[in-house]
Amino acid sequence: MNSQRIHAVDVTARNLKVNARLSLKDQQLRNNMRSAMDSLISKRIISMPDDDERENLRELGNKVRARALSELPDLLELLEANLTKQGIQVHWANSTDEANAIVLKIAQTRNAKQVIKGKSMVSEEMAMNEHLSEHGIEALESDMGEYIIQLDNEKPTHIIMPAIHKNAEQVGRLFEHRLALPYTNDVDSLIQSARGILREKFFHADIGISGVNFAVAETGTLLLVENEGNGRMSTTVPPVHIAVTGIEKVVANLQDTVPLLSLLTRSALGQGITTYVNMISAPRQPGELDGPEEVHLVLLDNGRSQAFADSELRQTLNCIRCGACMNHCPVYTRIGGQAYGTVYPGPIGKIISPHLLGLENTPDHPSASSLCGACGEVCPVKIPIPALLRRLREENVKSPQQAGQVMDGQGSRYSAKERLLWKGWQYFNSVPLLYKAGTFMATRFGGLTPKNLGPWTQNHSAPKPAARSLHELAKAHLEKKL
Amino acid sequence: MSARDKILASLRSSLEGTTPIADPFDATLVDEPWRYAPAERVTRLKELMTAVHSEVLLTNSLEWPKLLADVLAARKINKLLIAPNTVHGQAFSAHCQTTANPVQLLAYDRPIEEWKRELFDDVPASFTGTLAGIAATGTLVVQPSPTEPRLMSLVPPLHIALLNASQIYDNLYQAQQHWPKPMPSNLLLISGPSKTADIEQVLAYGAHGPKDLIVLIVEDA
Repeated sequence: MNSQRIHAVDVTARNLKVNARLSLKDQQLRNNMRSAMDSLISKRIISMPDDDERENLRELGNKVRARALSELPDLLELLEANLTKQGIQVHWANSTDEANAIVLKIAQTRNAKQVIKGKSMVSEEMAMNEHLSEHGIEALESDMGEYIIQLDNEKPTHIIMPAIHKNAEQVGRLFEHRLALPYTNDVDSLIQSARGILREKFFHADIGISGVNFAVAETGTLLLVENEGNGRMSTTVPPVHIAVTGIEKVVANLQDTVPLLSLLTRSALGQGITTYVNMISAPRQPGELDGPEEVHLVLLDNGRSQAFADSELRQTLNCIRCGACMNHCPVYTRIGGQAYGTVYPGPIGKIISPHLLGLENTPDHPSASSLCGACGEVCPVKIPIPALLRRLREENVKSPQQAGQVMDGQGSRYSAKERLLWKGWQYFNSVPLLYKAGTFMATRFGGLTPKNLGPWTQNHSAPKPAARSLHELAKAHLEKKL
Repeated sequence: MSARDKILASLRSSLEGTTPIADPFDATLVDEPWRYAPAERVTRLKELMTAVHSEVLLTNSLEWPKLLADVLAARKINKLLIAPNTVHGQAFSAHCQTTANPVQLLAYDRPIEEWKRELFDDVPASFTGTLAGIAATGTLVVQPSPTEPRLMSLVPPLHIALLNASQIYDNLYQAQQHWPKPMPSNLLLISGPSKTADIEQVLAYGAHGPKDLIVLIVEDA
């Protein structure tokens, strides 16, 4: 029960290794994560039993996203023009600071005191809750999982299931301590308690905030996917709705959302569709009796245009945020989401976070992978995550002299000593005489290898060269044959 | 330079010398795996919606008002939010005038600001029409309108929806071909009562929206 909790404030992306060690020792966390991931893995495959159907759809999903990115600036302009025509106000932000300033200005213009939030990972990128509360505006999460972790001052551990690291008993204790409710570990009762509290919050909220799953350029439509109904409440009950999203979320037309929706909900939760798909194309119209009077869309860059600039790294922006890569990741399953210290954890987090935060702030992320390839195999839009991780490892050790600025913080792990060692290794392997002499010495005096080889021997036994090199054995073998 | 111009300029310079990819959409991939014989559509929709805690009742164009009254009586619900200016709203109002202990009918006839407290606290059930159904996923297509506003299908704990069997399409792609153009201010796909699995992946219904969803399928309409 007393599982070690990593508080939001203690976690930073630079401490991935330390965080991972702590998480690995937390048996409760590991049990909770293991059973949750196993269940999500099996639900996904049960919902996609036909190999041909699944693989053809993944291929289409990849192409639909690639096509959208291939004309991204035009689609963004079309989206803006259509939304504006329909009465939705569009705002652009380079950075999270700019996005926060936009949201704050809207809130202050409306004299808002209470904000209710549907689930939005981009608002997590912005640390919007903290920013609003610094200005005296309460920002409350209404997604059940988000509400739970906000009560415990934590950050989401999974992009779809933010509180998946907690079990019902832990949630029951949390509600007992923070909400003064009698303890129960009955999930239905816990959900009904939260429903009651949050309904009042929806009732009184001045502004509702949401994310966007797909922004449809051709019709000017914001499409939101959810099961709980909090997304619909947040975007319908308060007089103002602000949607925040990344610039990559746009698709060309409505039919493009058909394959993407099916891929998203099946990959994420094993559901053919979510309970609600909410398509918003305008604020309350004359004659309509409810819905927000004002709808705003904030389009956030925050490093995305950097990923976009490189045609290989651009594929990072195909992501539709299903979380399947996390569910299937052996590293994520063992250390949980919070250890990454980034808004997006797991495999997708390891390839997107360096663009959002700079490689210097996520120095260990590209390496925190066994490159087993599971993430790439399940990705519904076929992002080659393992290849992108390897690419980021290269960018991470680029020397300062090497030409080409690809990303902020590149070369953060560059070491002149390591580079020299590899240069020596290259030389050794490309001069035959030196190579022969070297392997002769190593094979004949292999017994002299020290037992202690620094960090290597902390987890491995010291390597002992064989008595004869492969070259020698092959030569002897061929001579015998002749 | 505004943020907008800066972002667009950066994206454009990254795409310099490239041409947009041709539209790759292939309708067969999203349509053919999800085709059903007309008779199967009702069965499949019913099966899928029932599996996610909805109640699906088959009826016909003459008997559904009585069935709706019976459903409410069985649940001891004495108030129902309806849209009096719709064909189905009028049909049910007419039925209520013929019965001895009719349910109290409420109309969503004022802006939400004028009766928000009542809607949140004192409306146990609502009754709306639907634009269409989708067999592949067990889904209702609901188009909120001035007569049937957005919150009707969201705030009351019980939502009852009327669906014509002839308007059930095979899949989302097929249904989309019949959507209004331009898109209405709000269009919804509803596939069950609200739910969450955010605690330990244990499914709980009635998260923030309706706890129960009842669908009346009018087979001869």
